[in-house]
Amino acid sequence: MGTETLKYVISLSEVGKLLGNIKGQGFHVVGPVLADGAIIYDTIHSIEDLPSGYQDEQEGGHYRLKKSTGRRGERDALFRYTVGPSSWKRFLFPPEQKLWKAVREGKSFSIESPKEKPPRYAFFGVRPCEVSALKIQDKVFCNNDFQDKGYAEKRKKSLVIAVNCTRSVSTCFCRSMDTGPKANGGFDLALTEISDGKNHRFIVEVGSKKGSKLLKGIDHTLAERHDLSSAAARVNSAKRAMKRQMPKDAAKILSKNSEHPHWKDVAARCLNCANCTMVCPTCFCSTVEDTTSLSGDVAERWRRWDSCFTVDFSYIHGGPIRRDSAARYRQWLTHKLSSWHDQFGTSGCTGCGRCITWCPVGIDITEEIKALQKGGK
Amino acid sequence: MTQAQVKYAGTAVADPMTPVLFEVGKIKRELSDTFTLELISQSGNPFSFKPGQFTMLYQFGVGEVPISISGDPLNPSKLTHTIRAVGKVTEAMMRLKKGDMVGVRGPFGTNWPVEAAEGSDVVIITGGVGLAPLRPAIYHLLANRKRYGNICIYYGARTPEDILFRKQLEKWRGRFDLKVEVTVDRALAGWNGRVGVVTKLLDLGGFDADQTVAMVCGPEVMMRFSVRALNELGVRNDSIYVSMERNMKCAVGFCGHCQYGSAFVCKDGPVFPFSDLEEIFDVREL
Repeated sequence: MGTETLKYVISLSEVGKLLGNIKGQGFHVVGPVLADGAIIYDTIHSIEDLPSGYQDEQEGGHYRLKKSTGRRGERDALFRYTVGPSSWKRFLFPPEQKLWKAVREGKSFSIESPKEKPPRYAFFGVRPCEVSALKIQDKVFCNNDFQDKGYAEKRKKSLVIAVNCTRSVSTCFCRSMDTGPKANGGFDLALTEISDGKNHRFIVEVGSKKGSKLLKGIDHTLAERHDLSSAAARVNSAKRAMKRQMPKDAAKILSKNSEHPHWKDVAARCLNCANCTMVCPTCFCSTVEDTTSLSGDVAERWRRWDSCFTVDFSYIHGGPIRRDSAARYRQWLTHKLSSWHDQFGTSGCTGCGRCITWCPVGIDITEEIKALQKGGK
Repeated sequence: MTQAQVKYAGTAVADPMTPVLFEVGKIKRELSDTFTLELISQSGNPFSFKPGQFTMLYQFGVGEVPISISGDPLNPSKLTHTIRAVGKVTEAMMRLKKGDMVGVRGPFGTNWPVEAAEGSDVVIITGGVGLAPLRPAIYHLLANRKRYGNICIYYGARTPEDILFRKQLEKWRGRFDLKVEVTVDRALAGWNGRVGVVTKLLDLGGFDADQTVAMVCGPEVMMRFSVRALNELGVRNDSIYVSMERNMKCAVGFCGHCQYGSAFVCKDGPVFPFSDLEEIFDVREL
């Protein structure tokens, strides 16, 4: 594909048709829905399920959703909110997953792997920072040494319909991570919404053969210059509004400052609640739990999301390695922004800002890096 | 003993998350809290591994733990682990009997540099149950004795009652081509051997610091002082290998628990050249 790919225009009703076509192909479609006062990702059946006209307001430790009362274009928009507390990782790397079941047979036992066929997911409304998160988790779970079979199978079959951001909130910093607000590859189709109160339409970029086939199933025209410039202006306004920035040399700052006194400072604020790791779209740590039936004849192993903020995460006989909250915070931040590069050749951060918004005390990782830079090496 | 070149089969794992069943062929009490399990594969296939690698051992209904292989890599028909009962899984395993079944995943991880050490002197410094992960390396060195220069095994235990593989150490000590010294932190009545920390044994020499590969396994504090003592004698950090221990759930780099700096101890370790760790080894609670 050339550097300048062709782009198309589709109307709002064709977005609905696209969704219907995807569902008709047997995909389990997941998209943004309104639940508990937030936008989360869940099963959707039609375009009616999308939370139209909503906008979010985010700040450190703060998330509010409101129905837009502004101009008609804003009231009708499907994608004027940014990312909420859930991320797509919960579908490819579920919060809990049965690994196998063991059944006692006399003195011996047998082990059975689950036989359920993994669903074919279509992810509808994946933001550019989240497309990056998917690419990052691919490197974790499908590396040269080992493959997570469950993840790999689901990922291979999945469809990614990205949506470029036309609005950012104060916790966004994808611009400084080079992950947004426009998606750069990693999707089947990418949409940019133009909701101007007159002609509600979407610019479509094709990212794969699967995407190209999908486009053929709906009415589309070649995008004209004014469509493209209107879309670009919207994405640019999201970009310009982004004030938060991650320092470019975060990895270096962290690798040199494991003994910085600032770790004590941030640890004094951190509640070790693990919210940041739960909402992070790339955090991949897990634990296993072995359960037994009451009769003692059936045992199961479950994998569950875990967090490096818990004390027993690092337990070896004799006690945990990271007893101090400062050590646990350092582990999380250093891994995310520094050792991740050594392990997977990329940062573990996408600049989505979830860890800032959902931190109950509003710890801002961009500020923590700057503080480490100040008094550090 | 034959001096045939030892070749280890590939250690690829088909489904790394699902255990394979092994039968307990023999269980031997080594010390009051330490025992050796000899496991026999149900499939009949030999279990090839490299010295220093570990497996994940599963006790039905209780849980799974990472345990280094302590057996002879030249005899892959038996899979041998020496285990200290320190938690609920290992305590349950101490009650296993011949004919019981356990689950095994692996082998995983890096190995002692037995091949890279050919032509060099080898000094093994180990404490407590840390001798177990080094025993496969010792078997390999002895099976290929001609390929190495001087070999020293320096072992420290808390008391004379805590000396692991005592009979074997005594037998090795009787060889003319091996220097074996044992020390205890605390003597008991009847002990006429050495008393003191294991690093003091390095004063006995027996190797040429310029051409020595050191293999060190024990508690982190013991490894720290051993590395320091080796450095003072002139052994460089890239010739010193240590085996690290961290919490592990998956052993394949997915669960994140064993991270140590940038390394996943399960797949980048457990055996590391110390030169890879020199910048982080002294950082507390890393």
